[in-house]
Amino acid sequence: MLKLNLPLDKDSVKKLRAGDSVLISGTIYTARDCAHKRLTDMLAKGEPLPFDLNGAFIYYAGPCPAKPNFASGSCGPTTSARMDAYAPTLLDAGLGGMLGKGEMSEEVRQALMRNCGVYFAAFGGAGALYGKAIKDSKLIAFPELLSEAVRKLEVTDFPAVVAIDCYGNSIY
Amino acid sequence: MRKIDTKEIADKVYSLALKAGISLTPDCKAALKSAADAETSGAAKFALNTLILNSQTAEAEGLPVCQDTGMAVVLLEIGQEVFLTGELLEDAVNGAVRRAYADGYFRKSVCDPITRQNTGDNTPAVIHTHICAGEQVKITFLPKGFGSENMSATYMLKPSQGVEGIIDAIVQTVKNAGSRPCPPVYVGVGIGGTFDTCAFLAKKALTREVGAHSQRAEIAEIEKTALERINALGIGCQGFHGDTTAIGVSCEWAPTHIAGLPVAVNIQCHCVRYGKAVI
Repeated sequence: MLKLNLPLDKDSVKKLRAGDSVLISGTIYTARDCAHKRLTDMLAKGEPLPFDLNGAFIYYAGPCPAKPNFASGSCGPTTSARMDAYAPTLLDAGLGGMLGKGEMSEEVRQALMRNCGVYFAAFGGAGALYGKAIKDSKLIAFPELLSEAVRKLEVTDFPAVVAIDCYGNSIY
Repeated sequence: MRKIDTKEIADKVYSLALKAGISLTPDCKAALKSAADAETSGAAKFALNTLILNSQTAEAEGLPVCQDTGMAVVLLEIGQEVFLTGELLEDAVNGAVRRAYADGYFRKSVCDPITRQNTGDNTPAVIHTHICAGEQVKITFLPKGFGSENMSATYMLKPSQGVEGIIDAIVQTVKNAGSRPCPPVYVGVGIGGTFDTCAFLAKKALTREVGAHSQRAEIAEIEKTALERINALGIGCQGFHGDTTAIGVSCEWAPTHIAGLPVAVNIQCHCVRYGKAVI
């Protein structure tokens, strides 16, 4: 089991292979459908994004509200394929990689290879476990999107599998 | 005749909703354990064991087992001898859903289909009422997540396609879904009726115990054959390739028109969670 600290430098990304089981710690940003539309619209207009995209990792997720004394509510991954339309644009703009669940498109695979990025598959449905692994959560953009807002998360030992590596190998 | 205040129904809906958001059904837990023990693929086994650990964490911490706490589907079978009193039934049920999703710290996932504006409280619920014999009210609460709902399909087959066509439709739907509905899935199938009734039957089929079969032999045979063919696809847990792609296939049926053979396939992810109560 590989332990990783996000964000990753390119040398670390190059060591990962599709199928590797990993435990992820570090900083990730949540964004789903609506937030992706806004982020890519902002990029197209040349507006500054709510977080530095360079080397950052986006987690396709929208959590439940946090119970008292919890940093986050349940927060498993959502279906990544819905972000196929946006991921290549964000990767070309500096995004380091993504966490989500399920297959992504050929265009995304090409964009990961082009930018030395990596796509991790978290386990869909394991929301409680991922929620507990979140040690800090800050809402940083689009609060009106409720669960779909962008949150900056600090996570410890998120279980995942390398789904598409920077060489274009895919577990699917 | 028996008088039942809709508040009594609402109170049951509230408690069923709170439990269903957190706990998998015992038969689902058992099916996941068997799948994990038997799994021969490394990544799929790791994922299955993580899912089991997740369901234990959810119950221990009182956290939703999945962050998609779903659209609230409420099936009500109301005895013909029952006289409902109090608040309008629909309002009482929606009130219960609103309170449960707030008190349980569940995600509110219901929105306008055009503007995508969230309703903020997970209402309205999808409420199906059926009048049956007797003086009881049977309540089933099913929170339906959409990663799997999105992968569902309805087919208007030709009668000539027969049983083989039905099985092909079931297997093809699961194959097309691939990793996206969070396999291993539970497959609800509606056979017959009209375009809309087969879809409802497919949903109702998901409230049958995992592993239990239809009492009708031909239907049970369809369930068994479809499950074998689905697991031969090798999609596996989370799409990581593996031995278990589905934990069960459950079919409900109804008579249909001489010119048609409607089949609906409703996919449920591995989080089989619903509750039933009788008043």
